[in-house]
Amino acid sequence: MLKRVHYSPSLLPYLLVAPQVAITLVFFIWPASQALYQSFLIEDAFGLSTEFVWFENFIALFKDPIYVETFWRTAYFSLAVAGLSMGLALVLAAFADRVVRGATFYRTLLIWPYAIAPVLAGALWVFMFNPTLGIVAYALDALGIEWNHKLNGSQAMLLVIMAAAWKQVAYNFLFFLAAMQSIPKSVIEAAAIDGAGPVKRFWTIIFPLITPTTFFLLVVNMVYAFFDTFGIIHAVTQGGPANATTILVYKVYNDGFVGLDLGSSAAQSVILMAIVIALTVVQFRFIEKRVEY
Amino acid sequence: MKHAVFGAMIAGAVGFATTAGAVTEIQWWHAMGGTNGERVNKIAEDFNATQSDYKVVPVYKGNYTETMTAAIAAFRAKEQPTIVQVFEVGTATMMAAKGAVYPVEDLMADTGTPFDKAGYLPAVISYYQTPEGKLLSMPFNSSTPVLWYNKDALDAAGAKVPTTWDEVKEASEKLVANGMDCGFSFGWQSWVMLENYSAWHDLPFATKENGFAGFDAELVFNNDAVVNRLQQIADWQGAKLFKYGGRRGDSLPMFTNGECGMWLNSSAYYGSIKGQAKFNFGQTMLPVDTAVRDKPQNSIIGGATLWVLSGKSDEQYKGAAKFLAYLSTPEVQAWWHQETGYVPITTAAYELSRSQGFYEKNPGTDTAIKQLSLNTPTPNSKGIRLGNFVQIRDVINEELEALWAGDKTAKEAMDSAVERGNVLLRKFERTVAR
Repeated sequence: MLKRVHYSPSLLPYLLVAPQVAITLVFFIWPASQALYQSFLIEDAFGLSTEFVWFENFIALFKDPIYVETFWRTAYFSLAVAGLSMGLALVLAAFADRVVRGATFYRTLLIWPYAIAPVLAGALWVFMFNPTLGIVAYALDALGIEWNHKLNGSQAMLLVIMAAAWKQVAYNFLFFLAAMQSIPKSVIEAAAIDGAGPVKRFWTIIFPLITPTTFFLLVVNMVYAFFDTFGIIHAVTQGGPANATTILVYKVYNDGFVGLDLGSSAAQSVILMAIVIALTVVQFRFIEKRVEY
Repeated sequence: MKHAVFGAMIAGAVGFATTAGAVTEIQWWHAMGGTNGERVNKIAEDFNATQSDYKVVPVYKGNYTETMTAAIAAFRAKEQPTIVQVFEVGTATMMAAKGAVYPVEDLMADTGTPFDKAGYLPAVISYYQTPEGKLLSMPFNSSTPVLWYNKDALDAAGAKVPTTWDEVKEASEKLVANGMDCGFSFGWQSWVMLENYSAWHDLPFATKENGFAGFDAELVFNNDAVVNRLQQIADWQGAKLFKYGGRRGDSLPMFTNGECGMWLNSSAYYGSIKGQAKFNFGQTMLPVDTAVRDKPQNSIIGGATLWVLSGKSDEQYKGAAKFLAYLSTPEVQAWWHQETGYVPITTAAYELSRSQGFYEKNPGTDTAIKQLSLNTPTPNSKGIRLGNFVQIRDVINEELEALWAGDKTAKEAMDSAVERGNVLLRKFERTVAR
């Protein structure tokens, strides 16, 4: 029989977790509960007249075809951003992994975009693609492609996806490279001796061995695309043209802070919160099982 | 040593308290960035120099939307500024917030500040009055859309300055034939092409006198005149007569770098165009749609007014009243008008600018004021007063962009805009009904 170990009750563990609990309470639970409460209200902008309406804000949202469209658009945008930025980062990392001379130099250069604030990243892309003044738009024009993301929704979407993905490539690259470098050289050398070429080695050895990192990055990138791309969209298209680049988080901002419809905006942020929680749970529950650690 | 620091702190605190007691600081939140921001600072500094009891502190809070949102958020947290600049689109929202605003006319009366409402231009103040005729906020920067044209380009193409939409087409064709990239473009499209187009042709934008007579107004701008005009413009895109360049003033570079020969937008771009354009330019009245009306009615204003918020001390209000009175003096107004291209808000300022010879030296700069005072405003041309109007304009922008992109016809776009806008109006009606 195992001897049960008794610890005398002590205040210390509570004290040690207290800061974390306090931070969570102040910065997450409290605002989240405020948002939840606000989502049940219909209110004027100044908060002078308030009506408690239960789920009316939510019902109105799901009856609104534009909101439903925003859902699909967000899914498309997030997958595109995550796919593009992770794909590019993987290729870059695979190449950088093989570089012997000047590795630090390449790495430093590739990490730079991550240090740029989203709004600035957006502004850079706006300058390059401005239909009237932008250098890339000018080049495209010479190739016979008329670039006007202020009018063409698909071009606008492409532009924000590129800007958002570009900014995240550096982060993904860093993780991929670290993962690749932690693979024991002996494994790869053994495969090389057996006659596996670089491509085969990558797909049969390196790629499976970095799946934990890939999985982690997928979660991070999805959350990034859902929330952190706000600054880029705000700087590049402001959700336009004709809503073509309005994703869920942008609509929360637009309805709440531009339209001053706090009830609907709060309801949207509650839904957004639920989606991200669900997404994370699904990813950890189901996808993780297929990951080889 | 320790005592010395402590002593210094006390001295500092006392010093601070005495200055705070002598001078009342008045927070003024505004949305004027760039050069106009510097002009706002100059106005405040000049006012502060005229007396020693009050100190107006201008604070730039971002664009119009951001400034209004910041003021509302501050009000909810009981940290509101005394004076805030709100754009015309926010008027209905501010009006409905009865407990939050201190009507300017009441403020002037309560503080015993001399205030002659008759001296203000009717087209300007009618936008900001209650149905009973009480002035709620102080007009500050008002403008109206005009037709800007590249004089050199028109001359080179042998085109004359258009006065009707048919002539706009003609001039655009000549410009494009002469090698220009596009005939014309415009900005602030809801304001220019719907709100002002409707007023200019004496058509209702919404029922209930465009919302002035009640919150139960409904949008009606999906009429034939508007739809035909927009459809025609959309069709002109093929021949490059028209090119869309984005919301607000985003299309300004298209005009100033010589891509488009004409541009319909606010008269307040005078300063920017003057600074950027390397060609001779001019401004003229908006074109008339002869299929709808022979003669134009009058255009409506845009821009912003200064609202005084409630919950401040009497001292603050005395200072605010004094400042608003200073702001309306002919000298300040004339200076502001001539520097920025905004309309002078008082007749005296207009007269002063005229006697100074400003309009002779700068032909066309009185276009805006002439347009506004062309006729006595009708219920269709007084202005627009609709709740949730910021969102409604967004809806209109979205639908128009769908039209320019060819995804919808003008009829479909306007029907959809009216339908979506009416939902927003009903929602607003509900929050103010109680």
